[in-house]
Amino acid sequence: VQLTTGALIRTLKQSGVSHLVWLPSAGSGPLYQSLRDDPELLLVPVAREGETFAVALGLIVGGMRPVVWIESTGLFEAGDSIRGIWLELRLPLLALIGYRGYWRDAPGQDSAATFLEPQLKAWGIPYVLVSSDDEIVRTLPELLRETRGRPGPAAMLLAGSYEP
Amino acid sequence: LIDGRRAIELVGRYRTDQVVVTTMSSARAWPGVSKRPDLDLPLLECMGKASSVGLGIALARPDRRVIVLDGDGSLLMNLGSLVTIASLAPANLIHLVLQGGTYDISGGQPTPDGGRVHFGGLARAAGYRQAVTFREEEHLDQALPALLRSEGPTFICLRVNSMWASGEMPEGGTLRACAVVQLSLAGSLDPGRSLP
Repeated sequence: VQLTTGALIRTLKQSGVSHLVWLPSAGSGPLYQSLRDDPELLLVPVAREGETFAVALGLIVGGMRPVVWIESTGLFEAGDSIRGIWLELRLPLLALIGYRGYWRDAPGQDSAATFLEPQLKAWGIPYVLVSSDDEIVRTLPELLRETRGRPGPAAMLLAGSYEP
Repeated sequence: LIDGRRAIELVGRYRTDQVVVTTMSSARAWPGVSKRPDLDLPLLECMGKASSVGLGIALARPDRRVIVLDGDGSLLMNLGSLVTIASLAPANLIHLVLQGGTYDISGGQPTPDGGRVHFGGLARAAGYRQAVTFREEEHLDQALPALLRSEGPTFICLRVNSMWASGEMPEGGTLRACAVVQLSLAGSLDPGRSLP
């Protein structure tokens, strides 16, 4: 599924997101140019996904409203940050997770896809799956409001990729 | 080598209103010297990520200075954060590493390098504005006040003895400290006070 750059960035900004802490993937990488040049939504690129939740914690303590954006493979790598920071501290933080291997309305054979939702369920992380710009625009603001209104994590699984 | 406890005492002596992120050994020792518990954030649950948390605070609050009291074992778990920090280049971040060459929390087993890694060299190569290493307490004492005021990101490596830390982990843990620091930074808490 092809997603377009504008819908997501516009919706994040309209929802008051201050920083996007990310490590690009094949699905999200094409947004880099737009994000790098955006003065309203500050991009925080990291070297490894485990850093994202820790940087986001610091931003939240400092009064900001960050969102994390990583791919499913990065979520697996970031396990102890997810446990020790996102879950233990009940951090009111939304993570956008690129759903690598999602194909024709279902997780494909790629183990990065087959393990993703079971992993989130095992951690007790609530998530929604979106696969179109319309769904992003409709779902994201509400999800951000919910996340800020109560302690704890939430995830949005992006089952699509951005055009180069 | 510098006695780790003395190093922490010196940082405590010259610290004013900086946010201080501690972890592992420094989290045990720091409460004994801190005069601003409302600005202390011990990261207890996620080894290695103190530098990343400090980076987030520094980016959120460029008007405040942030000191990260890291350990060498911890930094080795998040070595990429040197590059992340250097690339974002927060001028208000001081990253201080106590290098004893052992994992003190688990009983003093050597880190993979056994204390041989030149962290200052790594930080400089990553792009920190400045990186310095101290082996003598006297030299640290002389240089620290200016370093804490310097334009960063600043990296300070202290070569310390191993197994130097004593004391319990801070009461209330990270969750409570996050709330306190958040309130303090927002101006909703009197300086030096903490939550009941």
